[in-house]
Amino acid sequence: MSLTLEGVTRVVANETHLDEVSMILEPGSFNVLLGRTLAGKTSLMRVMAGLDQVTSGRVLMNGEDVTGLGVRQRNVAMVYQQFINYPHQTVYDNIASPLKLAKVPRKEIDVRVREVASLLHIDHLLSRKPLELSGGQQQRTAMARALVKDASLVLFDEPLVNLDYKLREEFREELGALFAARDCIVVYATTEPSEALALGGHTAVLHEGRLMQYGPTADVFRRPNTLTSAEMFSEPPMNVIGGHIHANEVTFGDDMHFALDQGLRGLGEGHFRFGVRPAHLSLSPQANDDLALDVVVDLAEISGSETFLHVHHSRGTMVAHLPGVHTFDVNQKVRLYFPIHRLYAFADDGSTLYIPGAPQRTDDVDGEVH
Amino acid sequence: MLKRAVLLGAYVLFVLLPIYWLVNMSLQTNREILGALTLWPENLTFANYIKIFTSSSWYMGYVNSIIYVLMNMAISMSVALPAAYAFSRYQFIGDKHLFFWLLTNMMAPPAVFLLPYFQLYYTIGLFDTHIAVALAHCLFNIPLAVWILEGFMSSVPKEIDETAFIDGYSFPRFFLRVFMPLIRSGIGVTLFFLFMFSWVELLLARTLTSTQAQPIASVMTRTSTASGIDWGTLAAAGVLTIVPGIVVVFFVRRHIAKGFALGRT
Repeated sequence: MSLTLEGVTRVVANETHLDEVSMILEPGSFNVLLGRTLAGKTSLMRVMAGLDQVTSGRVLMNGEDVTGLGVRQRNVAMVYQQFINYPHQTVYDNIASPLKLAKVPRKEIDVRVREVASLLHIDHLLSRKPLELSGGQQQRTAMARALVKDASLVLFDEPLVNLDYKLREEFREELGALFAARDCIVVYATTEPSEALALGGHTAVLHEGRLMQYGPTADVFRRPNTLTSAEMFSEPPMNVIGGHIHANEVTFGDDMHFALDQGLRGLGEGHFRFGVRPAHLSLSPQANDDLALDVVVDLAEISGSETFLHVHHSRGTMVAHLPGVHTFDVNQKVRLYFPIHRLYAFADDGSTLYIPGAPQRTDDVDGEVH
Repeated sequence: MLKRAVLLGAYVLFVLLPIYWLVNMSLQTNREILGALTLWPENLTFANYIKIFTSSSWYMGYVNSIIYVLMNMAISMSVALPAAYAFSRYQFIGDKHLFFWLLTNMMAPPAVFLLPYFQLYYTIGLFDTHIAVALAHCLFNIPLAVWILEGFMSSVPKEIDETAFIDGYSFPRFFLRVFMPLIRSGIGVTLFFLFMFSWVELLLARTLTSTQAQPIASVMTRTSTASGIDWGTLAAAGVLTIVPGIVVVFFVRRHIAKGFALGRT
């Protein structure tokens, strides 16, 4: 079963929530919707579910037009950010509710409810009421209700936001396994690039109601098609510096020059915006041709074993994601190095012009995951 | 600690004294009531109560009151539940104004509507029926019910509705099986308020009835006769008027504090 969106647009009170979104979700695929708050993730999910109707465009399931159909006519399941269960029913009845309504024989209901409950490790809680459970268990109940139905489309709207860090990791690992054996399309909305990378599958980057890019997650991460997509899919955001290419030389500001490397040579002359990932900045040179940049420290954020160093220089601000704990004073002068062969280049209108070649270190992607 | 107990005791005494006095009078003969001041019945008598329970003109007053109050509760609830759901879940043109307008109905004194109601009901033949009083009391009870229920409904997340529809509930089934149990205490509290306001309302109930649907409060005025006022029976009737209220409060006592917060926690 595949889901196709064709030019889906949704306008509410003169505000465009979704702008011409077109995508095809393959059967059995795991899809992450990545975008900031108000990017249109929830709006898109609600349209997919049939909770909201489109202003224009079409929604097709298995090639069949379901645009005008309400949520009850579509075989979908949804898990919300809030823990939504029926508080007056036991966990068992909560999970069984979609099956009871579908008039499944009682014996089969019992088997399926217990099976899903044990998959989600809540089989010992079946006789409790949802409000007697912890947050994680409540969300497991909601997930169990979504899973038991064997829906062809399962939607997760930031389901882990209200859970603590440890539980989120646990859930993330389980999610992949839960859906591996199923043939349904999973759509998972998140604001965190690291979560998208951890979940894998496909990623759709949304920004201001528009679909920026859709493809395999690692591919979208490595090859952003626009500056916006690159900024959305990087945490902390990719650093962008304006610069000129003139006669085989790149110039940032007035004082920083370096020779073009092989890849950037193809760009030609003119003004460009160069992007460098925070993880690719370092305190010591990694290669002979690394570019040194003198900067002033604004803030050093230490999170566990990593340091996020916020700095400014003559052309703007930057963030460096450094492994290990480093302490810096405010306004301290630091020299950062960045590898010129890892520069992304974007045109002034934001479209991607150059993507650096294959990374030399294999942990390149992992460097962004924390 | 002692000071608090004294103050509290004084307050309770102040509140309960008139009620005690009413009970005291209802158990006395008229002669004793009009005689010297007595703090408790010297000649305990239940004659006043027996009179009320044996004379149909007396007890029918209670029956009439209960009939129109129950009718009003049923009408108000069946109108207010869907209305409150609409106000809490949907946005439509002028929704806020309409909600405010509903509330303003509670600000108008019933006396303002007395004449038009009387004229109207008399003309269409509703005069002196239970339904006339029940409908007239909707004037203030429906806005009240909508107001209370809207608060309770808005405290239920909209996602529960959507989850139910995703699970496959039809709207009526969802409303009865999922939604109403969730706002159970709100419904209980609303019923209590509906009962109270309809039960104590006197002006409309008296004016819109004569003999067939006469409320108890109206029957009580008949104790004033040429031979003076029948104080004992009047007091007994008064005591019996308080009893239904006490019964209702007993059943919703656990939800009542939540009810005054109107679900807005």
